[in-house]
Amino acid sequence: MDQFEFTSSHKKFTFGLMGIGLLALMWAVYCIMGSEGADHHAASARLWSNLLICGFFFIGISVAALFFLAVQHAAEAGWATMFNRVFEATSSYLYVGSGILVAVLFFGGHDLYHWMHADAVAHDDLLAHKSDYLNPTFFWIRTLIYLGVWIFFMRLFRKLSLEEDEIGGTKIHFRNQKYAAIFLVFFGYSSSTASWDWIMSIDAHWFSTLFGWYVFSGMWISSLVFMTLLIIWLKGKGYLPKVNENHIHDMGKWIFGVSCLWTYLWFSQFMLIWYANIPEEIVYFKARFDDYKVLYFGMIIVNFVFPFFGLMDKDNKRSIGWVGTIGVIIFITHWFDVYMMVTPGVMKDHWHFGGIEIGLFLGFLGLFLFIVLNALSKAPLIVKNHPFLDECIHLEQN
Amino acid sequence: MHKEADIRIPLILGDKTYHDITEDVCAPAEGKANKLWYMAFTFAAIVAFWGICCIIYTIGRGIGVWGLNNTVGWAWDITNFVWWVGIGHAGTLISAVLLLFRQRWRMAINRSAEAMTIFAVMMAAVFPGIHMGRIWVGYWVFPLPNAFGSLWVNFNSPLLWDVFAISTYFSVGLVFWYVGLLPDFATIRDRAVKPVYKTVYGILSFGWTGDVKAWIRFEEVSLVLAGIATPLVFSVHSIVSMDFATSVIPGWHTTIFPPYFVAGAIFSGFAMVQTLMLTLRKVVGLESYIHVKHVEYMNIIIIITGSVVGVAYITELFISWYSGVEYEGYAFMNRATGPYWWAYAIMMSCNVLSPQIFWFKSLRTNLTFTFFMSIIVNIGMWFERFVIIVTSLHRDYMPSSWEMFHPTFVDVGIYIGTIGIFFVLFLLYARTFPVLALNELKSILKIAGEAQKERNKDTNTSTPSNDKL
Repeated sequence: MDQFEFTSSHKKFTFGLMGIGLLALMWAVYCIMGSEGADHHAASARLWSNLLICGFFFIGISVAALFFLAVQHAAEAGWATMFNRVFEATSSYLYVGSGILVAVLFFGGHDLYHWMHADAVAHDDLLAHKSDYLNPTFFWIRTLIYLGVWIFFMRLFRKLSLEEDEIGGTKIHFRNQKYAAIFLVFFGYSSSTASWDWIMSIDAHWFSTLFGWYVFSGMWISSLVFMTLLIIWLKGKGYLPKVNENHIHDMGKWIFGVSCLWTYLWFSQFMLIWYANIPEEIVYFKARFDDYKVLYFGMIIVNFVFPFFGLMDKDNKRSIGWVGTIGVIIFITHWFDVYMMVTPGVMKDHWHFGGIEIGLFLGFLGLFLFIVLNALSKAPLIVKNHPFLDECIHLEQN
Repeated sequence: MHKEADIRIPLILGDKTYHDITEDVCAPAEGKANKLWYMAFTFAAIVAFWGICCIIYTIGRGIGVWGLNNTVGWAWDITNFVWWVGIGHAGTLISAVLLLFRQRWRMAINRSAEAMTIFAVMMAAVFPGIHMGRIWVGYWVFPLPNAFGSLWVNFNSPLLWDVFAISTYFSVGLVFWYVGLLPDFATIRDRAVKPVYKTVYGILSFGWTGDVKAWIRFEEVSLVLAGIATPLVFSVHSIVSMDFATSVIPGWHTTIFPPYFVAGAIFSGFAMVQTLMLTLRKVVGLESYIHVKHVEYMNIIIIITGSVVGVAYITELFISWYSGVEYEGYAFMNRATGPYWWAYAIMMSCNVLSPQIFWFKSLRTNLTFTFFMSIIVNIGMWFERFVIIVTSLHRDYMPSSWEMFHPTFVDVGIYIGTIGIFFVLFLLYARTFPVLALNELKSILKIAGEAQKERNKDTNTSTPSNDKL
């Protein structure tokens, strides 16, 4: 069982999800076609904001997987070596994800970003001030650089990993370490600026220095949860026989820790803005507080309380049932985190939550699973010849 | 049984036995101090004495003897406070976070880093204490029932949160440090020849027996304390940052402050650990236990946290322009190009640019160079706080009240004095305490000792385990 088999029933399942997504997409397009005036505008804004939410949520998961892989390389970590292929497969969505995100930004930019309207910028001093940074040309240059460099490193790590399977030795290990450090530096900047460009600029007047790190922690936790669920699923199918509760324990610790990090960053941003209560900052939370109260605070409470209390206990972190259940719950509620970043800025108080949102999420999930599982089936499920493989197999918690 | 990959660098050099470790670590506490120690101690004590005189002078005359003025109402006092609290971050990070991450190299440095943390937090506490002016009513910072009418602490004030955060941090840090010391005190007790030493170390070790049950509880308590201490690493400096960030002063009110202060604190804490450990390993002869690899790991943490701080500086600078808020933009323009441009330049070059030099392996494994760099980082982090505090205040909304800050000899004396007191405490510690977690270190000798690793390699090759998959 060292080769994952992407069976036709798996494929059917992902196609089914994609079919639901396609139906939701068609329904959304029908709503746009069949409406006029303000309704027409709202329907098209709803579609584009949902496409951005899902496009960003899933590309965030895949780039955070690349980040996590790079951290393992750079930190000489040995506990997760058996998961390297899972990390690589999750990051392989970057190709398709980039294509989708570029399309969404290109065709939907006008509906999503106020600053992309030349006439709005002309009548808005603040937008005019920001236009040195927030202008379509520079925006596209930046977007393409982020995506291009991320894809470059994703390919590089994958290539080196497959090469190591063949030739062994320690040379590739040390090269990985070096490249990982370079990627982490680039990611350190680009994760912040990308979230300013794609997300923060929706609320074009608003600004927060912490925003980039907050968004990054959200990507990271979603990615960890996804990869843990994938590992649990593979284990349930009889793959990864050497993975035991010690490895699940470590993934559980990461989920616990990064959930706390996410909450800490959310709280830092919220508390400082709430406390100072100055108009140019508080608008952001006022919109969420007035029109989305239950959804917004519900999302935060679930994202903190479930992993915090559910995974605090050692035995729970070692239990596939606990980690899996909490993983599924917070995977969904972290999608709501992205939903709450995008929707209030685009839809204001005219928001809806229904079939289009759920359908598009499922559709994206199907596509994402298809690509990840497909990549997973293309190489042996566990790396060979990695110098830390033996350490990982004999991992023991103390 | 734990496995360790062959390519990992050994953590204990040479062919040490368990007994060698005991001998090496206990030697400074059991032997007589050399001349160098006495010289260093005398010098530190003189500086400390000067600082104490300046503190007494301040308490006697009031804080008017500092260089504060109407516009700059907070300057070196709070700068020094934040600087010391920041330094006090590495100890807990090393002992708690690195424990949770199973980083075995921490065992060589955790004891002294925790001692440093405790002394640094004590030095930090000096500044708010004397800033109160009437230190004899210092207990009013606690919400105590009292007979003074409406006197009550202000729970909305981050300064009060500081009191809680730092006192919690100090208590947990102290307990963590002390629990770790118990078995090592017991080792010194068991080896002591003079009855006085035997009694003193016997009391200090709380009657440690060293049986299996005691060790199981020791490990459990360590893990629980690490769990409690880890959020404290974040909370303390986050709350210190809120002293500034909850205000509406341009340059102070920014959301990135909490995590960025935490990163900066770890950065400066590791720099101070480097300064102390590079000296300590030489003076007490622990080169086999704290060697180039340990220093390299710490230098890597310095690059990472230095770069995180760099990202935060640039983020702040960029957003101050992006926000379009005139005052925010001016505050940063003034920092970089105003009369305090030199402080900003020192901060940027010491904290962001200079650590990048550690990308070169030959430099981050060079001990002399590391020592020099650790001093540079300490200076840079002091200036960071100075820049944040003084340059944000000295030009407020009304140009007619713009002022510069000029420190008096008392400001300088108290700051230098706390460094003296800190070194007095640390030197006393180095003479009387086991400066390495010697019993914990023994637990990794078999898998991470140089000679032992070589021997393991021979047995590994006879039973290959790599092709089991």
